[in-house]
Amino acid sequence: MSAVEQPVTPLERDAIRSVGTAHPRVDGPLKVAGRAAYAVEHREAPYDARPLHAWLVQSTVARGRVLAVDAARAVAHPGVVSVLDHTSAPRLQEGEDRELEVLQDDRVDFRGQIVAVVLAETSEAAREAAGLVEVAYDEQSHQAAFEETEDTYEPETVNPEMPARTEEGDVDGALAGAAVVVDATYETPVEHNNPLEPHAAIAHWDGEVLTLADSTQGVHPVAQTLAPLLGLEQAQLHVVAPYVGGGFGSKGVPHAPEMAVVLAAMTQPGRAVRLAVTRQQMFALTGHRTPTRSHFRLGADADGRLVAIEHEVLEPTSRWKEFGEQTAAPTRMMYAARNRRTGHRLVPLDVAVPSWMRAPGEMPGMFAHEVAMDELAVACGLDPIELRVRNEPDVDPETGKPFSRRGLVDCLRRGAERFGWSERPAEARATLEGDWWVGTGVAAATYPAMLNPGNEARISAADGGHYDVAIGAVDIGTGARTVLQQIAADALGVDASCIRLRIADTDLPPATVAGGSSGTASWGAAIVATAQRFRADHGDAPDPGVWTQAEATDAQSEDHALHSFGASFAEVRVHRWTGEVRVPRLLGVYSVGRVINPVTARSQLIGGLVMGMSVGLFEESYRDPRTGHVVTQDLATYHVASHADVRDLQVEWLDEEDPLASPVGGRGIGEIGVVGTAASIANAAFHATGTRVRSIPVTADRFL
Amino acid sequence: METRIRLTVDGRQRETSVDTRTTLLDLLRERLDVTSPKKGCDHGQCGSCTVLLDGRRHLTCLALAVAYDGSEVVTAAGLTGSEGDDETLHPVQQAFLDHDGYQCGYCTPGQVCSAVGVLRELGEGHPSHVTEDLTGPVAADDDELRERMSGNLCRCGAYPGILAAVREVAGQPAGGIA
Ligand code: FES
Ligand code: FES
Repeated sequence: MSAVEQPVTPLERDAIRSVGTAHPRVDGPLKVAGRAAYAVEHREAPYDARPLHAWLVQSTVARGRVLAVDAARAVAHPGVVSVLDHTSAPRLQEGEDRELEVLQDDRVDFRGQIVAVVLAETSEAAREAAGLVEVAYDEQSHQAAFEETEDTYEPETVNPEMPARTEEGDVDGALAGAAVVVDATYETPVEHNNPLEPHAAIAHWDGEVLTLADSTQGVHPVAQTLAPLLGLEQAQLHVVAPYVGGGFGSKGVPHAPEMAVVLAAMTQPGRAVRLAVTRQQMFALTGHRTPTRSHFRLGADADGRLVAIEHEVLEPTSRWKEFGEQTAAPTRMMYAARNRRTGHRLVPLDVAVPSWMRAPGEMPGMFAHEVAMDELAVACGLDPIELRVRNEPDVDPETGKPFSRRGLVDCLRRGAERFGWSERPAEARATLEGDWWVGTGVAAATYPAMLNPGNEARISAADGGHYDVAIGAVDIGTGARTVLQQIAADALGVDASCIRLRIADTDLPPATVAGGSSGTASWGAAIVATAQRFRADHGDAPDPGVWTQAEATDAQSEDHALHSFGASFAEVRVHRWTGEVRVPRLLGVYSVGRVINPVTARSQLIGGLVMGMSVGLFEESYRDPRTGHVVTQDLATYHVASHADVRDLQVEWLDEEDPLASPVGGRGIGEIGVVGTAASIANAAFHATGTRVRSIPVTADRFL
Repeated sequence: METRIRLTVDGRQRETSVDTRTTLLDLLRERLDVTSPKKGCDHGQCGSCTVLLDGRRHLTCLALAVAYDGSEVVTAAGLTGSEGDDETLHPVQQAFLDHDGYQCGYCTPGQVCSAVGVLRELGEGHPSHVTEDLTGPVAADDDELRERMSGNLCRCGAYPGILAAVREVAGQPAGGIA
């Protein structure tokens, strides 16, 4: 079915009925009873027969060549069907993504790379046999330590396609003449997304069509990426993902395990093959946030007005596939200063390739920027909120475009009022309660409002005033299934109960990834455009069976800078003898345009804030440079926030709408909660103790 | 090596032969097609595989199935009831819905089973790490609930909603998550 292009008109205010109301999650009853089927839990055709179990064998060297894979003992193990390696796996077409060239040659690029796949009748047999596979390597020297090397280079672009370097004015001259200068380096560690559902997929090949139930943030992107490599037409790849146990970016693009299970299934036509990646394997195979080192130089006049901003980033990429995080990107639009410079340089390492993790760029970059701003406030003797107010730009400093809405100051003021900011002592290390130093801190947050092209929806009239609305979007826990129903209801002018929504299947119209906080805006725009076209073509009383498929155009203003903003406020307690750090209070106030559903939006923002606290206090992966091995490879060594860590945690949002950003007036909320939070914690820890921590996680040892 | 065992799972008698290496979690998920308990780590670190085993909450990924011959397993799916043809939710499940105590839902069946177990433990007066007074009944205050639920990780960060849900069922005034 082909789609028409439809210029979309923002929803009128009086058409907003279901949007903005607290609609409980439509898939809630299935989820609380454990009846929602996640990837490898599918048992319907073609997965109904007992599937084969795949188990990954990973390289134990960081760089080299596989000399031989001896699978004799593995194959002899009862229940084992076969062992695939680079000599026996099906051949792929030439591509440009080394990460997906699974078992295609003998090259080992990083420790933990897939070097063989065991297939067996049971998971116990597959797992045990994987341990029996013997791999001989020609080991070569590697570089896995993150430090300046002679290979360090400046990439042409950083994720997704931003210039690596920007420069305006005379930064060095302005810094030389500045009354106050902050010159410091801030660091963030390797972090792993760790969605609670490990990456998993079940695949079935019937010789014609490859069917894949995948744990992914985008069914169409998976099909678009894998089909050409497999030498298949896109229509031969049928991908579904009805329920996904979180992603946070790591399921935003297909990784090597998906290719591994697909290749395995193609060797077993007619038989489903399931692969559940283990938690340990995820630390090598499913993406991570690259560590970052941000060197900031801020120059200000005596009143705290910025005259120069410089942000130079050094961060690793893998040597064999480039991923440059856009860590300095938010610095380009955040505050006003005539003289500005940002740049990224990459250190190529023999390690797994970094990838997206919730707010790539904004999370580490704003940690650095917002701690630097706190240092500047202290140096200028200014309240940190007042400092930010003084540096508000009139227009986007980078593009010169007006902001559709610049809500930062409103968030700061609203948060200050709610948090009791005026009671705060100006001096650091001013409050000792019992054995605990107590302090408060603030940081700003921002995230761009993205709306992706390439989304289509199909609306068909059904009996009894019902409408079938279809789009190949995915709900990874964001609430998409619920909010798209609300958007469709208002776009068609009917009650939400009249909408039957179908998502998460490549048989449905194309949709882009659930990532970059772009899902609701992008998919919603397609639904609104299609509804408008449907009404134009079929009227208000359509005959059952008529349908329209359309793609939105003109869905977002090109003449405005479109960004969400926020402010997070933290209270931190640091134990005077042990250094233990606690966060009894955390508040986030956000300017995100229109909120489609306050129930799911609150959970999204709370979840972001919890993850922000988690990276602020706990999360750190340690890669041993001698072996290239990530040693913190489970949830006992890679700590994430638990129930007991989360105390009084509140979010709120400003009442607003932004029709310039999307037809429904929202700007996306999935990521902004994780931005700025860690900085507010580090700033509060400084206020509590007088000790400035310039890297996360903010751990006890910093205060001893 | 295979051994025959008998279990009651969500009220149904199941008799099956198991590989002695099989965990209770894999038996449920891969042999009996009971996928309500989830596998988040397979190492006893996340709580997503929690069920009620002979009435107490238990991590099934750390239990070898052969050791539980004759046991009774109740998963989140088994906590639901019925009214006519309709499925009714357990009060804890309903409270999770009412407080949006989840996003992706992957930790949720484990959280629900844990919460049911926690409420029983509190009712029986079991103290925890944060219980001050070890002599009297234990109050179901927020600190107790947070502490006791801390074996169940939620990467979506739905903790405030989960706490509100468990607090409500524990009979405290519901603060909501607002
Ligand atoms: S799967 Fe059992 S505790 Fe994580
Ligand atoms: S709801 Fe996603 S991990 Fe808890």
